[in-house]
Amino acid sequence: MDTLLPLLTVFMLAVFVGFEVITKVPPLLHTPLMSGSNAVSGITIIGALLSVAADGRLSVTLGFLALVLASINVVGGFLVTHRMVGMFKKKD
Amino acid sequence: MTSVLIDLTYLLASILFILGIKGLTHPRTAVRGNLLGATGMLLAIVATLADRQVLGAGTQGLALILGGVLLGSAIGATLALKIQMTAMPQMVALLNAFGGGASALIAGAVLAEAGDPTTQTAVATVASGIIGSVTFWGSLVAFDKLQGLMLPDKPVHFPAQQVANALLAVAALGLGVLVVMDPGNITTYGLLIAVGSVLGVLLTIPIGGADMPVAIALLNSYSGLAAASTGFVLDNNILIITGALVGASGLILTRIMCKAMNRSLLNVLMGAIGPAGATSAGADEVYGGRIKSTSPEEVAMMFDGARRVVIVPGYGMAVSQAQHQVRDLATLLESRGTEVEFAIHPVAGRMPGHMNVLLAEADVDYDKLREMDDINPTFEQTDVTLIIGANDIVNPVARTDPSSPIAGMPILDVDRSRTVVVVKRSLSPGFAGIPNPLFAADNTVMLFSDGKKAVLDLIAAVKDG
Repeated sequence: MDTLLPLLTVFMLAVFVGFEVITKVPPLLHTPLMSGSNAVSGITIIGALLSVAADGRLSVTLGFLALVLASINVVGGFLVTHRMVGMFKKKD
Repeated sequence: MTSVLIDLTYLLASILFILGIKGLTHPRTAVRGNLLGATGMLLAIVATLADRQVLGAGTQGLALILGGVLLGSAIGATLALKIQMTAMPQMVALLNAFGGGASALIAGAVLAEAGDPTTQTAVATVASGIIGSVTFWGSLVAFDKLQGLMLPDKPVHFPAQQVANALLAVAALGLGVLVVMDPGNITTYGLLIAVGSVLGVLLTIPIGGADMPVAIALLNSYSGLAAASTGFVLDNNILIITGALVGASGLILTRIMCKAMNRSLLNVLMGAIGPAGATSAGADEVYGGRIKSTSPEEVAMMFDGARRVVIVPGYGMAVSQAQHQVRDLATLLESRGTEVEFAIHPVAGRMPGHMNVLLAEADVDYDKLREMDDINPTFEQTDVTLIIGANDIVNPVARTDPSSPIAGMPILDVDRSRTVVVVKRSLSPGFAGIPNPLFAADNTVMLFSDGKKAVLDLIAAVKDG
């Protein structure tokens, strides 16, 4: 129970940082923001790695499925965001 | 790698994620921002692989890790490279689904592995399971609707829908309490996931068509919250930080989308937009004898005398994949000395920013993509406004009729420009299901045609003229 408060503190502060940063993202880039945020939320991949490396059969199975899904998010998310943001050009 | 070093790497990765999202505040810095985020992810993954638990997983464990990462990466890369820009809402729906799914699975794996988890871990596992399964199935329903597979694009209603949802939510919470009291019984967690899955489906089927931007943004937020819950399960700061960022991002977008339709989140979630009430005018009354149909040649003549043209894209442009032709038309008009800009309504299309991405793909300078509040005052100085496949977002009823389903919704004030040309296949109503008096206005002409064909005809007519 003793880790709850520090974790909750980090969570709340991160929510505020998120609000500050993201309200400055213009509507122009809202789609890349969504795909990009999906890419970073693929950070669950590290939880999946730990579960696959565990002992129990059930844990390994669930972890493996999660690993596949999270890898899709990481690779697919960053790649499709890269494709999109590369399209926003200014001509002169 | 010691655990301190791993934690420091996670901290560095969190900072890179925040800087990465900060990069998305301007198109100039967006590419670099995304690369910063990807770098952070790579660092976090390498640090985790160096963890003693992962290193000691044995040959079989390492083979599974390699196999899972390669399989997921191959699927992700294929999706990302093959997907058409018009289908981006579907892509984001899938990514939301996978994020939620991964969180629920990991929470389950931790529960299965831990013999006697702390109350904090158990509560976080329950949160992760409920939010994750709702996100997974809700997003798959959204994907299905956007892709036009099995479910109708329209809202789906059935008797006692809200009662059923409430009962399911109570059941999920009840099962959650059971999981916390007896975490060793993994079957209860399975049941919790099953109930969450049904709830996810039922919560999303009443949301249809033009309300999709709200659903996608909200599910995006859920997938972040699921990741943050999983962070509480694993006692892991980087998951919590990232989940909080994504949760906040989705919530902000949800709020922007709701405001752009002047509707409450609850109203959107219940699919409550309906046909107009008794006080609203019927189609015959609004349109009767007042619709003026035009030809591409006539519109080309209007363009001849125009100093300023504004193009308003809607979902119809995405459906007919006309963005490249629209760009060609804009370039042609500009080469003749006409000023051309694009007016982008926040909820045009099926997800936040949908129109911007399509026009950017077609190489339109992003400075010409103007936001609603920005461009609205300029319509009075606009000679021709060309509307391609948009309806509700240019319906002046939103300003005038307080009993209308779209009353108070901020709209593009296209009716204030000298001439309005509407490209549309028929007079069929938009998502709100109401007639649009703009089509019958004195300064409006209708060009009845498919979006792409109309624009191609216009280009030919301008070149001939």
